[in-house]
Amino acid sequence: MRIPTPRALTRGIISIAIFLICWELGARSGQLFGVKVPVISAVPAPSAVLAAWKALLGNHGYWQSWYLSTLRVLGGFGAAMLVGIPFGLLLALNRFVYQIAFPTFEVLRPIPPLAWVPAAILFWPTQELSIGFITFLGAFYTIVINVVGGARDLDSRYIQSAYAMGASRSDVFFRIILPATLPSIIVGASVGMGITWEVVVAAEMISGGGSSLGGAGMSGGTGGGLGFFIWNSYTGGSYEQIIVGMISIGIAGYISSSLIRLLGQLLTPWLKSR
Amino acid sequence: MNMEGAPKSRRGAIRIEAATKVYGDSKSGVMAVDRCSFEVPAGEITMVVGPSGCGKTTLLNAIAGFHSLTSGSIYLDDELLCGTSKPQSVPGPDRVVVFQNGALFPWKTNIENVAFGPVMQGRMSAREAREKARVMMDESGLIGVHDNYPGEISSGMRRRVEIVRALINEPKVLLLDEPYRALDSLTKSVMHEALLQTCYRSHVTVFFITHDLEEAIFLGDQIVIMTSRPCKPKKLLKIDLPHPRDYNILTSKRFRELMDETMDAVNEEAIKAFELGEREG
Repeated sequence: MRIPTPRALTRGIISIAIFLICWELGARSGQLFGVKVPVISAVPAPSAVLAAWKALLGNHGYWQSWYLSTLRVLGGFGAAMLVGIPFGLLLALNRFVYQIAFPTFEVLRPIPPLAWVPAAILFWPTQELSIGFITFLGAFYTIVINVVGGARDLDSRYIQSAYAMGASRSDVFFRIILPATLPSIIVGASVGMGITWEVVVAAEMISGGGSSLGGAGMSGGTGGGLGFFIWNSYTGGSYEQIIVGMISIGIAGYISSSLIRLLGQLLTPWLKSR
Repeated sequence: MNMEGAPKSRRGAIRIEAATKVYGDSKSGVMAVDRCSFEVPAGEITMVVGPSGCGKTTLLNAIAGFHSLTSGSIYLDDELLCGTSKPQSVPGPDRVVVFQNGALFPWKTNIENVAFGPVMQGRMSAREAREKARVMMDESGLIGVHDNYPGEISSGMRRRVEIVRALINEPKVLLLDEPYRALDSLTKSVMHEALLQTCYRSHVTVFFITHDLEEAIFLGDQIVIMTSRPCKPKKLLKIDLPHPRDYNILTSKRFRELMDETMDAVNEEAIKAFELGEREG
């Protein structure tokens, strides 16, 4: 990522500051001006959010939400990579498999992962597996589509040159096809990671996030993941915590996407020069 | 094999006999090559000149083993490469190809690219191959770019790396498919002289496809002018310019005479191809 110029940095900071100030003023408009600004005055003020957050930092349940959501993301995303990458490569390289499996795949793909929630609850024995399945789906489709695209777009001349120079079929697969598809795999992973977080949060809200790892029993109920935390804060009336939850998820998603991007850059040093 | 005393004609001589290639079925198919016959002498540079889309790449692909022939045969040193009993030859390091837009593997460094062939064939260990690659790259003037990625060097240098990558396999035949097409003319003349130097050193047989007549006369020992699609040889000419050649020869009287002899034939076919609306291969 390029470091922004001082001017761009200043403008960025100022715009965020203005945003926060407007938010604070709007949220407290009843107190400050006597007249309530529509919509914004119903939202908790940033100062209140910050206070609630400080209180939560020492709460074991809050951090457990982080832990549970992260676990689900890693599980679903990891499974999607483990299954999706070989599956995508197989689709791209084997015409028979493609003709058999791809139509079914394409028929199922438009169904949003969240639409699967009731079905998943029915089919899978535990709630955790249901949520895991849905997060898996989110990343799986993206990864497969990117891998197939990347492997098919391969310039056939790389493969022809390799054969001409005496490479065997397995040489061509491991030394040509895999490295050439790596950039697409990384793109699929980055996008897939973002989708996984979206799906985890929603799946937790809908299914109640109830895992056997119970909450701390605090008002606003923590435990069961960050999505469940938000929903519980809503039903429990701790509105500041809703915003805390939202921002927490944003941070978590950002960190995971950045990690993937960094890993991607390490694995593809040749793309720096493009 | 004793290369010193052995007759040059035994190493890399190609004989093409009535080669025909039809894409698609025989009724509605597209004929790319039509009963094409000519010989490529060993150790010499044969330039194949023709308009875009005429089928010359199909011929090269048949020799390399990437495509099959519909009929006819191709022999390498009197051994059958492909023919009626065996429509497609097997790609191998005895006939290495250098492509038009370059096919250096972007994810390997230049020296890893060059060392690729010998390692794949199991002829050398990775370290030996790397050492040989280093020597050959330095010989060709590619100093200091060993550990760069292909994307980091100029396209002229990339083309040179690719030629070294091909030659490290000690092929009988070097198949070049318009390798310098995308280069500017200044870089091209440097490439030409470098290629000649390489050929003087290695005595490899060269089959070079181009649409550039000047390039063909400058480099070639023999020119084969192809008709537009479907291609067959229209005119064959031996180039009797002396070796070693350098760019001064471009203005010599003999060079201009050779251009004169060949220009009309090439132009005629170029116009035909233009009217047919041919796309580049």
